[in-house]
Amino acid sequence: MQKPNSYRSGPDESGHFGIHGGRFVAETLMPLILDLEKAYTDAKNDPSFKAELDDYLAHYVGRPSPLYFAERLTEHLGGAKIYFKRDELNHTGAHKINNCMGQILLARRMGKTRIIAETGAGQHGVATATVAARFGLPCVVYMGETDIERQKPNVFRMRLLGAEVVPVTSGSRTLKDAMNEALRDWVTNVADTFYIIGTVAGPHPYPELVRDFQSVIGDEVKEQMMKREGRLPDTLVACIGGGSNAMGLFHPFLDDADVRIIGVEAAGHGIESGQHAASLTGGRPGVLHGNRTYLLQDDDGQIIEAHSISAGLDYPGIGPEHAWLHDTGRVEYVSATDKGALEAFQLCCKLEGIIPALEPSHALSHVMRIAPDLPKDHILVMNMCGRGDKDVFTVADALGEDL
Amino acid sequence: MSGSTEPTRIDRRFADLKAAGRPGLVTYLMAGDPDLETALSIVKGLPEAGADLIELGVPFTDPMADGPAIQEAGLRALAAGTTLKKSLELVRAFREGEADTPIILMGYYNPIYNYGVDTFLTDAKAAGVDGLIIVDLPAEEDDELCLPALKAGVNFIRLATPTTDDARLPAVMQNATGFVYYVSITGITGTAAPDTDQVRAAVDRLRQHTDLPVAVGFGITTPEQAATIAQNADAAVVGTALVKRVAAAHADGGDPVDAVLSLVRDLAAGVRGVSRN
Repeated sequence: MQKPNSYRSGPDESGHFGIHGGRFVAETLMPLILDLEKAYTDAKNDPSFKAELDDYLAHYVGRPSPLYFAERLTEHLGGAKIYFKRDELNHTGAHKINNCMGQILLARRMGKTRIIAETGAGQHGVATATVAARFGLPCVVYMGETDIERQKPNVFRMRLLGAEVVPVTSGSRTLKDAMNEALRDWVTNVADTFYIIGTVAGPHPYPELVRDFQSVIGDEVKEQMMKREGRLPDTLVACIGGGSNAMGLFHPFLDDADVRIIGVEAAGHGIESGQHAASLTGGRPGVLHGNRTYLLQDDDGQIIEAHSISAGLDYPGIGPEHAWLHDTGRVEYVSATDKGALEAFQLCCKLEGIIPALEPSHALSHVMRIAPDLPKDHILVMNMCGRGDKDVFTVADALGEDL
Repeated sequence: MSGSTEPTRIDRRFADLKAAGRPGLVTYLMAGDPDLETALSIVKGLPEAGADLIELGVPFTDPMADGPAIQEAGLRALAAGTTLKKSLELVRAFREGEADTPIILMGYYNPIYNYGVDTFLTDAKAAGVDGLIIVDLPAEEDDELCLPALKAGVNFIRLATPTTDDARLPAVMQNATGFVYYVSITGITGTAAPDTDQVRAAVDRLRQHTDLPVAVGFGITTPEQAATIAQNADAAVVGTALVKRVAAAHADGGDPVDAVLSLVRDLAAGVRGVSRN
């Protein structure tokens, strides 16, 4: 594949990253996403929008998040110098709120009065319910019945925040079905509703605008690292479900050719088991939820349910820009199993006093694999994109502990 | 416009309806629901029962524009082993005994993209498919399948909705062929009844942008509704009500063929009672 002049110029006018992306939606929604695109372009060019967003990020979300030198983990692994970008310290405990804050300000700008969202693990649902509460807008969150069962604390959080959580009983009753149901709601309530998509996927312009709202992560890392070490990091590592935290970290560095960039997908029980969520490693291009990207699918093009111990990575697709970065080879995509993530989870608790979410535990599992063989002056940044309080029941269960 | 100027079965059928001075009935059923053999028996009976055009759903795991009844029909069909390839075989088997009634595949893009667009169009044409309705391919994605289909002589049926405003209609109609499908509600299939006056106004608006026949669907369940809608449209589309008949008969151990065809007869009587003269 021909190398582009810049890896940061996408998407093109019709929302494509190479062959990926696009606007594969029902005609009813097409005028709405064209409106959204126009509103987003206006907002981007309006300094008052950025000023308002920055103010909320500073005083409500708690940005910038720290860039932390994980000294004991570094010593333990005996190689690369490991930093964590501490996005788990944001309000609501994950990077998700960066995007939700951006999108709800956009919704207000567009005069929309009702918010909907899909959620898997519940982190995006909680972040959406939070900003909806903050701005006094009614909020409906679609969540698969299976996920409601395994993420009860987040369901209660959303309800406390005033959101209506609608159990999705169609299809496989997980994240992809929640997204189908949110799209069905949107197609029905076209006049007043804003759909806050939680990851860098969906029809154009969502992958672009979610990326832009999450890029605050990588922009901060650049500045913080220059202050701390006087140079850019050598390696970036982040976990990938849909891929919003990873895209937020990676995007500002894509044209820094010396920075090695690694995305870690969820390998579940192992790629060879067929029970995984690694759409780049184990899938092929297809069209779902408004975009073309790598998908887990069978010979007939039917979507296969993903598996991961982490509900946040449990999605059979991936953002289209990741699909393109994979095709071009700019970003390396690897995978980590449930087992590897659980080991990393425990090590991080013990060595750093940080309970990580199961999602970044996948990234950490890969860091544990590569760090020992890297020189001591090699600087590695991993996105600690969520905290693990929500996962303690899942982890206890996996370790055979009865709480 | 069309890459192929030869009139299709769809063009001929609407010309015949116009000559007969009456609107048409379009029926939707899911391929392979509840199984391939029963579905073939139903589809084979449709022309005689009064269906003027047949839409055959191709099942997909993630039908984002469909309501519960058609979602479940898709899952039943998939559980019975239905694939896109087997849906085409169903069309071929139907075509062996029926040369005139148009058949239109309706579904989502991924199974076709996965099959390979060019191979699919060759196989679909050979099986006797006349048109395609692909819900997640708006005009903005015409390069994907719409233009290749027109070149292959397969109609690509365009959907227009209450959100398709006058500014957008010319772009939506640019590559439309066969007929235009007006989606009479904002929403998913089979969940709300259309407002007759609004539909009438919308169809009049569409006719200012196209000379193609206009079929109206989404939310039409009874012969009376079908007749009312058909007063102003060239055809009425009924789907969910028929799919529900399949589900009910399948669940009760009844005969889905009779259950569907008796409703089709009633719907056809309703639509045929509408005279243009």
